Amino acid sequence: MPNRSQTLARAGALRAMFEAQGAVPVEPPILQPAGALLDLYGEDIRARAYVTSDALRGEQMLRPDFTVPVVQMHMSHGAEPARYTYAGEVFRRQEHDPDRPNEYVQVGYEVFDRADPAGADAEVFALIGDALAHLDLRAATGDIGVLMAAVAGLRTTDARRAALMRHIWRPRRFRALLDRYAGRTRMPGARRNLLAGDPPKSPAPMIGLRRQDEIDARIAALREDASAAPLGAHEVELIEALLAVRETMPFALQQLRDLAVDLPAIAEAVDRIARRADAMAARGVDVGALPFETSYGRTSMEYYDGFVFGFHSVTRPDLPAIASGGRYDALTRRLGDGGEIPAVGGVMRPGLMLDLEGVA
Amino acid sequence: MTLKLGVPSKGRLMEKTFEWFAQHGITLSRNGSEREYAGSVEGIDGMSLVLLSAGEIPRELAAGRIHLGVTGTDLVQEKLPLWEQQVCPMEELAFGHADLILAVPRAWVDVDTLDDLDAVAAAFRARHGFRLRIATKYHRLVREYLRQGGVADYALVDSQGATEGTVANETAEAIADITSSGETLRANHLKVLSDGPILRSQATLWRSRVAELEDADRATLATFTARLG
Repeated sequence: MPNRSQTLARAGALRAMFEAQGAVPVEPPILQPAGALLDLYGEDIRARAYVTSDALRGEQMLRPDFTVPVVQMHMSHGAEPARYTYAGEVFRRQEHDPDRPNEYVQVGYEVFDRADPAGADAEVFALIGDALAHLDLRAATGDIGVLMAAVAGLRTTDARRAALMRHIWRPRRFRALLDRYAGRTRMPGARRNLLAGDPPKSPAPMIGLRRQDEIDARIAALREDASAAPLGAHEVELIEALLAVRETMPFALQQLRDLAVDLPAIAEAVDRIARRADAMAARGVDVGALPFETSYGRTSMEYYDGFVFGFHSVTRPDLPAIASGGRYDALTRRLGDGGEIPAVGGVMRPGLMLDLEGVA
Repeated sequence: MTLKLGVPSKGRLMEKTFEWFAQHGITLSRNGSEREYAGSVEGIDGMSLVLLSAGEIPRELAAGRIHLGVTGTDLVQEKLPLWEQQVCPMEELAFGHADLILAVPRAWVDVDTLDDLDAVAAAFRARHGFRLRIATKYHRLVREYLRQGGVADYALVDSQGATEGTVANETAEAIADITSSGETLRANHLKVLSDGPILRSQATLWRSRVAELEDADRATLATFTARLG
């Protein structure tokens, strides 16, 4: 195990490398207001982050990542385009796995640039890849944007598209919704009874904030959904085929292009992947051997909405990703107070790198 | 040293535990006055009684300060992450039955399952501008259950008592709490979701996996285990 000063020294060297690329070093505070993080991730973040509080400032979190504070900072007073780098501890509760550290050092690089998203994706991936080149790592890449484009293009109701979109990052729920909309699962008895005849009125009094008109609106929405035509079997098969794409980049692109013939909604997203692959090749990435997986990154924290990547140890599959990142355009919109800018970034874990290098 | 047994310090849970041990030839009793939290053990050598709040027994077992303890499955699973590594269930005591359930207003005729709750949470957030609130004191168990169920757009709010009243008071839209008969729920115009309970709990005798045992304690534990049959 490397000691703390070795890890910090490596973190400093990696940050200096990003500074040499023109990145501005930033140091967000360790204590972050909990509101923005809770709003973004929901209750799940409490299982992953340490929450503390005081009577004056309310709930605070020990920063579980740097991306959110860096985006907040950029959206409030950043110049464009911008490149940032940082190095420091993040804090994660590890209640399911006592072997994983709950405090570790991350070094990151974030690019806010409208001009050339494919180039920015390739830049982040290649810089991180180069810094890890001496280690025996397996790269993984994906693109959440393809699945989002496919959902947006489904021939079904707005409500169904919105529900699927909301659960893009929860594969099991997504699957269950898809099956239901395709008419593959039977409607539960209670739902059938609810929709048969007039809406039942409960003899119980109305209590709580949710009012009768909200209940009526939901029943109306359920009726509308029940009368909507099921998703076509062919369309569902195409989505399943899309989710199953797992190949080296050239073959994956070929499969995606074939699928785009029947799913024209994904054509633009597939073009983006192709442009990114070209930009990566121009930076010396061996794109011919680079894996691509449509489902990669779907279970991580839900802010990546385009390119996603990770580097994993071949010899130590028990370790978490040595580096990971992705594109998060929608996050800048949500934290941007009306503004937005395409953004991509990645983080590395110098402690794990030293582990793999065998530093005692 | 003696083998330390932790037992809830008051109420029905204590009485029922005393009865259960009496059935196995071990007499537990509380010393002196009602207010004194010291006890004694007769019918087996080398065991001592520690009277504790039921909620503290999981922590004491995990810390190894007591060897054996009686408390509910709900409290062990809520308070001890990776509980299987810290404590081991020896015997279910067949009393103190209670289910941890999710309940919503009975007037919500459109909600019967977790799937409904998820859809309602999305609509509620869009309408009211904040997440649907679920009042509970079982934060870890409820959060894990909802995560596995793929429910989004909810927030847990802490409620350490009178949880069934939070909906009428408009400090929560739904609750997750322990119920044994459901009467309190009905009286507060709430109904249980049909997916089944989050957890079925009962009073259970636990053994600490971490408490240190001397040879004499090992012998006592063996005698005790044999007594349980």
